[in-house]
Amino acid sequence: MRLRGKDMVGLRNSTAQEIELILNTAEAMKGIVNRQIKKVPTLRGRTVITVFYEASTRTRTSFELAAKYLSADTVGVAAATSSVSKGESLKDTARNIAAMGADVVVLRHPMAGAAELLAGTLKASVINAGDGAHEHPSQGLLDLFTAREKKGRLEGLKVAIIGDIMHSRVARSDIWGYTRMGAEVRLAGPSTLMPKDIEKMGAKVCGNIEEALADADVINVLRIQTERQQQGLFPGLREYSRMFCVNRERLRLAAPDALLMHPGPMNRGIEISPDVADGLQSVITEQVTNGVAVRMALLYLLIGGGAR
Amino acid sequence: MKLIIKGGLVVDPVAGSVLKKDILVVDGKVARIGSNLSVDGAAVIDAAGRLVAPGLIDMHVHLREPGFEAKETIYTGTRAAARGGFTAVACMPNTNPVIDNAALVGSVINSARSGGLVHVYPVGAITRGSRGEELAEMGDMAEAGAVAFSDDGTPVANAGLMRRAMQYAAMLDKPLISHSEEKSLSAGGSMHEGRVSTILGLKGIPACAEEVMVARDILLAEETGCRVHIAHVSTAGSVRLLREARARGVRVSAEATPHHFTLTDEAVMGFDTFTKVNPPLRTEDDLAAVKQGLADGVIDVIATDHAPHTAEEKDVEYERAPFGLAGLETAVGLVWTELVATGVLTPLRAITCMTLNPARILGIPKGALAPGSDADITIIDPALAGVVDPAKFAGKGRNTPFAGRVLKGLPWLTMISGKIVMRGGVLLEENQQQ
Repeated sequence: MRLRGKDMVGLRNSTAQEIELILNTAEAMKGIVNRQIKKVPTLRGRTVITVFYEASTRTRTSFELAAKYLSADTVGVAAATSSVSKGESLKDTARNIAAMGADVVVLRHPMAGAAELLAGTLKASVINAGDGAHEHPSQGLLDLFTAREKKGRLEGLKVAIIGDIMHSRVARSDIWGYTRMGAEVRLAGPSTLMPKDIEKMGAKVCGNIEEALADADVINVLRIQTERQQQGLFPGLREYSRMFCVNRERLRLAAPDALLMHPGPMNRGIEISPDVADGLQSVITEQVTNGVAVRMALLYLLIGGGAR
Repeated sequence: MKLIIKGGLVVDPVAGSVLKKDILVVDGKVARIGSNLSVDGAAVIDAAGRLVAPGLIDMHVHLREPGFEAKETIYTGTRAAARGGFTAVACMPNTNPVIDNAALVGSVINSARSGGLVHVYPVGAITRGSRGEELAEMGDMAEAGAVAFSDDGTPVANAGLMRRAMQYAAMLDKPLISHSEEKSLSAGGSMHEGRVSTILGLKGIPACAEEVMVARDILLAEETGCRVHIAHVSTAGSVRLLREARARGVRVSAEATPHHFTLTDEAVMGFDTFTKVNPPLRTEDDLAAVKQGLADGVIDVIATDHAPHTAEEKDVEYERAPFGLAGLETAVGLVWTELVATGVLTPLRAITCMTLNPARILGIPKGALAPGSDADITIIDPALAGVVDPAKFAGKGRNTPFAGRVLKGLPWLTMISGKIVMRGGVLLEENQQQ
C-alpha cells in the first residue's frame, strides 16, 4: 500500500486507509527513534529541504531529525535569511530550491493555501508543515498516533479540542483525521474564536468547556495567542483563563484515563494549568517524540521504498 | 455606406418586443427597421436564427488606465469589450491617479476617442483621491463627461460624507454607484465567510459586510432623493433590502455580475486565486436570490466588474492576490448559459439588463434601436457554443475562473456606429472593418 498523492498538504483529502498506513509505518519508525543508534539508510542520497516562513523550533527540528534518522540530507531555509526578504515570490523561491535537487520540500507558511500552491508548482513532494489557519497534517497525525498508541483505537473515542479554533490549523487537521477514523470531536472556545459553520466539518460545537470535556477520552488544549486579544477577539486573558483553562477540577469531568495533549508552545496558567500540563494524564512530551516518528513515516511513504 | 441585417430576431427593450425584422444601417445610423427590407448596393448580414440587440453596455469595468497599464489599457480593454459583444462601457475611477477632477475625466475621454474601440463613459470619484475625506468636484466632472460617481473599491466609510455626496449628486441629477462594503466587517478577508472559508482557514468576508452598507445607502438615498445604484450585489440579504426599498419607491437601482450568479464559494476550494473577487463568491442561497432579483426586476443590470490583473499578481498565495476577474469576454456566454438557457431570464429581459437599463441609469443615449439612433448593434447567436480560452482574450487580463468551461449563446457580431468590429468571436483589424 502507498499514499495516493505525491504530497501531504492536509488530512482533508486523506482516506482512513492512508491515515492507518501512516500510523502503522510510524509505529515501526518509533522503534528506530528509540534505538541507541538512530540511523537507517533508507533515504540515503535523498534531499529534504525545510522552508520556514514562520518561526518554529519544534516542527522544524522534528522534520530535520526525521530526515536525518533516515539518512536523507537536509537543508533549512529560513525566510528572514533568504531572498524572500528581497521580494522573491514563494513560487520562484520554491522553483530555485527544487532546481537544486530537493526530493521533499517541507513548507511552513503564514498563509493558507501556500503548500497547495507549491505542490502544484513542484515535481518534488511537498509536506505542509502548517499553512496559516488551514492545516498542519503532521501535527494532526502525531495527535492521532499518540491517541491510538495509548488507547489502542481511534474509533469511538471522544475528543475535545479547547481554545482558539478559528486560527488553529491543528484543530482543522485534527477534526479531519479523528472524524475520518471514527472518533467524535467536540469543540469549545470563545464564540468569537469559533469559525462559522465548523460543525459542517463534522465536529460538534459545545456551548461551554464542561460540555466538551464530559467523558472525553482525549483533550487537546490549543495555545491562545495574546495578539488575538490585541485584535479585540476576546476581552482578556484573565477571563479567558477563568472560562476555558483546563485545570484539575475540569479535568475530572473527562474520562478517568483521559489523555491531555497540547501542540505547544504552552501558556502555562492561561489555557492549561501547570499541574495538569505536568500531571499523570499529560502526554505532551510523548507527542514530541511521536512527531519525529510520524514525520519519518511521511518521508518514507512519499519518497522511500513505499513511494510511487 | 449601406448595410442590411436580415432575418434576425430584433430585440427592442423599449417596446418590449422580439420580432423578426430587418435593419437598414446607413452611414453609421439606423435608417429603417422593417420587414423584408432590400436596398440596392447594401451589404447584407444574415442574422437568421440570431438575436439582434442594441449594443450591449457594461456599466462596471476597470480599464486600469492611467496608472496600471500592465493590467489593462483603454486600447486593450475596449477590444475585450468589443470581443465580448459590448459597444459601450462605463469605467471606474480607481486608477492612478484616481479620476477625481474634470481634467482627468477629459483625458480618459480623449484616450478612448483616439485608442478605444467601443464607447467609453467615465465614472468620476465621489471623494478626492477616493480617500473618503472631502467631496471631489462632481459638478466639473459631470460637465466634462462623467456619467456617474463612485469610490468603487474604497467605499465611502463616513455616512455623513456619503449623505452630502448624495445631496450634491442629486442636484447634478447624476447617480452615485455604491460599492457597498463595511470595511470593519470585511477587513483582512479574502473570501465569503462560511463553511469553505472555515475549511480553508481563510479569513472570511461575512454577508453582512455588504448588507450593512446596502441598508445605509438605501436609507440615505431615500432621504436625499439621490439616485443610488448598488454595484455587484452578491447576497440574498442585499436582494431583500433592495426589494423592500423598491416597494417603498426609493430611487435605488442595482447590478449583478455573471460570476455572482454562476459560481459559489465552493469554487475557492483549491485556492485558485482567479476566484478571488470582491464582493466574494457567496453561497447557493445567495446565488439563487441574485437570479431571482434579476428575474423579477429588483436587480436592473448585469455588469461584469471586469477587473484585469497580471499573471504575476495572481500567481501568489490566496491572501496576497488582488481581488478581481476579467469578465468582459465571458459575460454574454454566461448570461446565456446560466440564465437564458435555464429559463431564469427571457432573452428580452437578459438584453434589457445589458442595454436599456444601464443606459437609463447612466443617462446615456444608448441601449435602444430606432430609426435615427447610432448603429451600435450586438448580434447574439444562441446556438453558438465555445470553450472559454483565455489565450484568445483581446484584453490583457487572463484572470478568469471560467477557463475550459463550455458556454453556449455567444456574441457573434459587434457593430459600433455602423462599423463591424467583431465577427464570429474574432476582432476585425482596422482595414477589415466596414
